[in-house]
Amino acid sequence: MKRNNLKTVSLLVENKPGVLFRVANHFKRRNYNIESIAVGPTEDKTVSRMVITMIADEKSALSFTRLLRKTIDVLDVKLVEEDNVISRELALVKILTKDQATRDSVIELVKSKGVKVAEVTEDSIIIEVSDSFEGVEDFINSASRFTVCSISRTGVTVIEK
Amino acid sequence: MVRLSGARALVESLKLENVGIVFGYPGGAIIPVYDELKDSGIRHILARHEQCAAHMADGYARASRRVGVVVATSGPGATNLVTGIATAHLDSSPVVAITGQVPTSLLDTDAFQEADVPGIFNPITKYVFQPRSASEVPYSVKAAFYLASTGRTGPVVVDIPKDVQTKVDDMSFPDKVTVRGYTPYIEPDSTAVARAAEILLSAEKPILLAGGGVKRSCTEDVLLALANNLMLPVVTTFMGKGSFPEDHILSMGTIGMHGTYQANTLITEADVVVSFGARFSDRSTMDINGFTNRKKVIQFDIDPTEVGKNIEPTEFVVGDLRRSMTMFCEELMKRAITKNESPWLKRVISLKQEYDEKVFGNNGNNGLSSPKIIKKIREVLPSESIVTTEVGQNQMWAKLYFKVAQQGLFITSGGLGTMGFGFPAAIGAKAAKPSVPVLDIAGDGSFQMTCNSLATSVTENLPVIVCILNNSSLGLVAQWQRTFYNKRYYATWLGSTPDFVKLAHAYGAEGVRVQSLDELERALKQALRCEVTTVIDIPISPEEDVLPFVPTGGSLKDMLV
Ligand SMILES: Cc1ncc(C[n+]2csc(CCOP(=O)(O)OP(=O)(O)O)c2C)c(N)n1
Repeated sequence: MKRNNLKTVSLLVENKPGVLFRVANHFKRRNYNIESIAVGPTEDKTVSRMVITMIADEKSALSFTRLLRKTIDVLDVKLVEEDNVISRELALVKILTKDQATRDSVIELVKSKGVKVAEVTEDSIIIEVSDSFEGVEDFINSASRFTVCSISRTGVTVIEK
Repeated sequence: MVRLSGARALVESLKLENVGIVFGYPGGAIIPVYDELKDSGIRHILARHEQCAAHMADGYARASRRVGVVVATSGPGATNLVTGIATAHLDSSPVVAITGQVPTSLLDTDAFQEADVPGIFNPITKYVFQPRSASEVPYSVKAAFYLASTGRTGPVVVDIPKDVQTKVDDMSFPDKVTVRGYTPYIEPDSTAVARAAEILLSAEKPILLAGGGVKRSCTEDVLLALANNLMLPVVTTFMGKGSFPEDHILSMGTIGMHGTYQANTLITEADVVVSFGARFSDRSTMDINGFTNRKKVIQFDIDPTEVGKNIEPTEFVVGDLRRSMTMFCEELMKRAITKNESPWLKRVISLKQEYDEKVFGNNGNNGLSSPKIIKKIREVLPSESIVTTEVGQNQMWAKLYFKVAQQGLFITSGGLGTMGFGFPAAIGAKAAKPSVPVLDIAGDGSFQMTCNSLATSVTENLPVIVCILNNSSLGLVAQWQRTFYNKRYYATWLGSTPDFVKLAHAYGAEGVRVQSLDELERALKQALRCEVTTVIDIPISPEEDVLPFVPTGGSLKDMLV
């Protein structure tokens, strides 16, 4: 399931305090909701990559990336073209398993979807999904017939092919 | 390496930037810096409110075309700077603000006189530095000046915690800084320049539009050459006013909500607009679709984010205007045939003459109307004078009727529209150019916002002239109430208080009230001769409208005249 107008911006920024604050402020001024954000250092420890998704049309997204590019401490900005990147998101999905039958069908779902079990407790299973945004959405949909008590997602990150 | 305190390092860094003058207001969290300033040889000009100090630094920057410096204490000192810094930001004026801050150990504890300066100033500056150790001070200051004065210029804040000011540490002063990812210099694309030239030469009704960027990049000479060589009419935005001599036959004045009749008419009729350093703000273009209708726009700008922000240009050239406009000029010279016989040029000249006759022709009596007052000021002032304005009708009349000469300078708060800007900015401009007359065209409302700067003007011996177009009201707002709210005046009547003549006298300045153009002329000449701060109070009718006027939502052609 592809969300309409979901745009992904990939930024390289100085790895230091205050940078995220200034980047985020631009999103706020344009009234873009940050749908997801994933940040971490790159091969150069002084540089972080921020991958941010938002809902926007192409034209405003382009002019917005130019604005971000101008922000001091932002080293590079790209509006991601999905075909040029590998894109992944990690999700942890906790499903309540009251009885053995539920447990069995959850395990079956795990196998059929090719995802991983991260932890099993007495009354729940925590599943680890690493996939594209659409893949994660798809898994969460299939899991919705169980009692999903908690979901935690990292937001997508991308790397150019 | 030398061992110095952070405060001393700051002052040494300012000297290395050739700062000779700072504007400011002291307080507890900045005393170490003031202690070092005392014997530094740098002149400190004491404002009576930090907002005024910021406007002074801004006016200084605009008049000198260098960086203006303002110093304030933490907390309320810093928050009082907000309006001044936001004003500089919207007009891309290079100002460096140095603020004191609570000691690092107290940051984010709501300590006494703590304000989150990086948080507050981030959206209204190019950058905020907050050195957390004394040895970072030289780099912060060097980088602040570098960022403020390069690329699209603008304000930068250096917020220095008190313990960072007092701590003694090993210091090294960099000769040069680079800020990773910041590329102020972009080489213009020569193929785009060639395409732009092609478009201009194929135009039937071309017009040049000059914005504030022409002044910022000091390329008035290239603009003049371009217009002269190709006989092209020139209009300016409000920020660009004065970048083309307004007494020139090809000058059509300013466009926009309160633009001149011929500028708004001609830019509407033009088929090709070549814009230099203008950002197509809503006040300039009014309805954007009406503006771009059936026209090609070529945009030259130093700032790549301006391309496509408010308008989709047919062609654009990004880069420093000095370089790109020169390339453009050369490109045109290679191909150009002068077109001085075109029907368009005839139309341009006849429209200008018709309008000038109507507006500037001699129409009888000696009564005081605002256009006549402004024209009288123009007549009396030497051509190299600097004129600042407040905000409101006074500003619009100055925009319409004060023709800036080639050597002159016009300074106004075009972006933020800050009432109270003009007077302190005039003082800052005077500090930059002591030998040039400086005059603020004011309204009685605006002047009351920063009239405490009279104390600075008098005690620091920075004499300026203030002409108050005194309509006892917040005239521009009242005009809107008259025009669009069925004369339901509310909260716009100021009455006849204060007595500005007495106010001036109370501060040790000259004050005079004039009732006729002759008296105005005498008062102006006297003020110019004596070089003392002079407030000239000029009573005018509160009923006077500024015209022409394009109502919000309308196109430039929908002018009310
Ligand atoms: C700080 C600030 N507050 C409010 C306004 C809104 N405003 C714009 S023009 C104006 C009236 C200005 O009155 P005055 O200075 O007397 O000038 P006039 O229009 O009468 O010439 C006001 C209140 C503003 N621009 N700036």
